[in-house]
Amino acid sequence: MPSTASTTRPSGSRRFLLIAAVLAGLVIFGTGAFLVLALRDTPRGAAGTALASAIGGPFQLVDQNGKAVTDADLKGKWLLIYFGYTHCPDACPTALNDISIALSQLGPKRDAVRPVFITVDPERDTPETLKAYVTSFDAPILALTGTAEQVAKAAKGYRVYYAKHPEAGGDYSMDHSSVIYVMDPQGRFTASFTHESAPEQISERLKKLLG
Amino acid sequence: MSIKILAFVAGLAVTSAALAQPVQLEINNAWARATPGKAENGAAYVTIQSPTADRLVAASSPVAKKAELHTMSMQGMVMKMRPIAGLDIPPGQPVTLKPGGEHIMLMGLNQPLHDGQSFPLTLDFEKAGPRTVTVTVEKAGSKGPDSAAAHAHH
Repeated sequence: MPSTASTTRPSGSRRFLLIAAVLAGLVIFGTGAFLVLALRDTPRGAAGTALASAIGGPFQLVDQNGKAVTDADLKGKWLLIYFGYTHCPDACPTALNDISIALSQLGPKRDAVRPVFITVDPERDTPETLKAYVTSFDAPILALTGTAEQVAKAAKGYRVYYAKHPEAGGDYSMDHSSVIYVMDPQGRFTASFTHESAPEQISERLKKLLG
Repeated sequence: MSIKILAFVAGLAVTSAALAQPVQLEINNAWARATPGKAENGAAYVTIQSPTADRLVAASSPVAKKAELHTMSMQGMVMKMRPIAGLDIPPGQPVTLKPGGEHIMLMGLNQPLHDGQSFPLTLDFEKAGPRTVTVTVEKAGSKGPDSAAAHAHH
């Protein structure tokens, strides 16, 4: 009998561990799925309101002409905000080109939307570098940089992750969140897209938002 | 009559098989994105097909100080770009380098790449050896020579 008790106890605790692991997994998966879905597009409703206040916020940066720009200066227009860097040959030009195409599909409403590119690589992206970079795209993009601290603050407000990844020969690339944020004229987070969203998807959504 | 048709069909089959299956390694659709402003890095893309297994191990071009094989991946919403040592080319299966996946990173461009320009790119394969192709420069942010984005506006 004692032998049975000693064999059931470990199996019972193992079962408990299994159930606990499954529950923990479900909670983690559920939270992840919720965040992914909520951030994907249309965060309207209760979840949207909570997220809306969590994304954005004050920043002080410098534009491609060397002029100081704060979040307050940008109110009054819809904003399409993308964080990237000019040494990025793939995701960043894709996002900025998609934004340009999406805006060209808005017709007269195009002027109500301002595309904003914020660098996550202020070390290399000076106002001059940014100016030459963004003028290559069709849309009139406002490009922002600043000190490492100013950029970090802006990125934190937008929940943007970025990190330097050193490469051979002293070069480096930047890992960074690749998200296009839509902010309303009051500076409130309204929707988001990934750099993989088709320009048509972005322009359709903007058309609805602009009314 | 029916023999003629049969011969025709057989001929078609042979031709299409030949088209689908090159006798040696082929590189097609070589293109790059125009680089915005004075951007120091660019990306080139190609489609590689080989009848036998091979591996792309290196790249070089006179337009850049160095060329590396890179892969871009998304982890959640975070974009990461990493150099890769090589890219396997399975037999008979085209491998397409494209935005959002693998690319040939042109690092330290001597000149910006302009839309419409073309330049040579040498790809080194483990078995097929070095192959030089002509890369056509498409618009910045283009998704490829045949994509709608490439022709969406002028």
